[in-house]
Amino acid sequence: MSAPNSAYPDIPEAQPEKPKRHEWPLWEIFIRGQHGMSHRHVGSLHAPDAEMAIKNARDVYTRRNEGVSIWAVEARHIAASSPGDKGPFYEPSESKVYRHPTFFDIPDEVGAM
Amino acid sequence: MYAQMVKSTGQGVKSLDEMEPQERAFQERINAGEKIEPKDWMPAGYRKNLIRQIGQHAHSEIVGQLPEGNWITRAPTLERKAILLAKVQDEAGHGLYLYCAAETLGVSRDELTEDLLSGKMKYSSIFNYPTLTWADMGAVGWLVDGAAIMNQVPLQRTSYGPYARAMVRICKEESFHQRQGYDIMMKMAQGTPAQKRMAQDALNRFWYPSLMMFGPSDADSVHSAQSMAWKIKMNTNDELRQKFVDQTVPQAEYLGLTVPDETLEWNDDKGGYDFAEPDWSEFFDVIKGNGPCNVERLAARNKAWDDGKWVREGLLAHAEKRASKKVAAE
Repeated sequence: MSAPNSAYPDIPEAQPEKPKRHEWPLWEIFIRGQHGMSHRHVGSLHAPDAEMAIKNARDVYTRRNEGVSIWAVEARHIAASSPGDKGPFYEPSESKVYRHPTFFDIPDEVGAM
Repeated sequence: MYAQMVKSTGQGVKSLDEMEPQERAFQERINAGEKIEPKDWMPAGYRKNLIRQIGQHAHSEIVGQLPEGNWITRAPTLERKAILLAKVQDEAGHGLYLYCAAETLGVSRDELTEDLLSGKMKYSSIFNYPTLTWADMGAVGWLVDGAAIMNQVPLQRTSYGPYARAMVRICKEESFHQRQGYDIMMKMAQGTPAQKRMAQDALNRFWYPSLMMFGPSDADSVHSAQSMAWKIKMNTNDELRQKFVDQTVPQAEYLGLTVPDETLEWNDDKGGYDFAEPDWSEFFDVIKGNGPCNVERLAARNKAWDDGKWVREGLLAHAEKRASKKVAAE
């Protein structure tokens, strides 16, 4: 971050490295909708433990029957790729168009494939 | 709008040519309609402006529970009570979605809460007005949530991914709020003469404060220009206010109620209503802390936070004890 900006005296500097206060940990919440889908990330919440995280997730994210199953994962356990890698990290797959079925020309006579 | 008078850098909008390469690449992504995600590089001003705006929005949802919570125990029927409870619970949920979005920008939940409780951060001026009768529950849902929706629908397209996703969830739920408010107004307006008077009185008291929710005209504001360039503000305050009036006046007519504005008149040329501005000196006074309920609202939030301290600490101590027992058993 750059030096404190006097235009924002009410907003604390973002300093991810500063010691965290004694807050309830942050949990990321994943919910399976009712249609046999995978669990999907819906948001996050604070809770003292896993049991409360799931109870809170029910109240925060399924008030209108949005789910039949909840996963709660403490945010600090999630490993994430870095946005800076975007180009080089995914680049290897760009040159492999043969991984897509449309790469191959199959004569019409062969029928559906 | 639930965030008012959000100030940005105050330096005016830079042109692409004036920007350093990193900032220019960032602005070009926004111009192309890409979403910015938490770990992406962003200018310090963008980050702080968003924390201020999303934080103020979240605080408004939380404080916004108080005027309606006032009527839960006195709702006229069990069904109305259950509906109002569900609505107030939604507001808590909306606050939580938004706090989470703000936290992705590097501010902690407790810091945001403490800044609300100390009065350092603001919430919407509208929640500093009292809810005196049951008809006010109708007026709040119809007008206050209606005004909020005007602002929130375009924010679903805002440039910051977590904020946009929170707005999508909120908008889905918000139209229930407005409809339940209008439903109360219909019942009151079609009721006894006394009930109709209550409905008219509620409209009279909430009309101008609702217009204030959009904030003063910002056509010439450098803060708004910057926020719009960053796509964290999608329309000017005047555009949204006009849209709100145009949508709401026919709804009032349907109810047989009179909008408390003698100058209100349809203007064919602009295809919208001409209407009177609210009293902006009152608005600034309320923002400063001198509205009818500012003290009461902040006192209620502070009391809830202080009274809940032992619960927060107790649950954390319990979780830590169980975790250490589990480790010992392994």
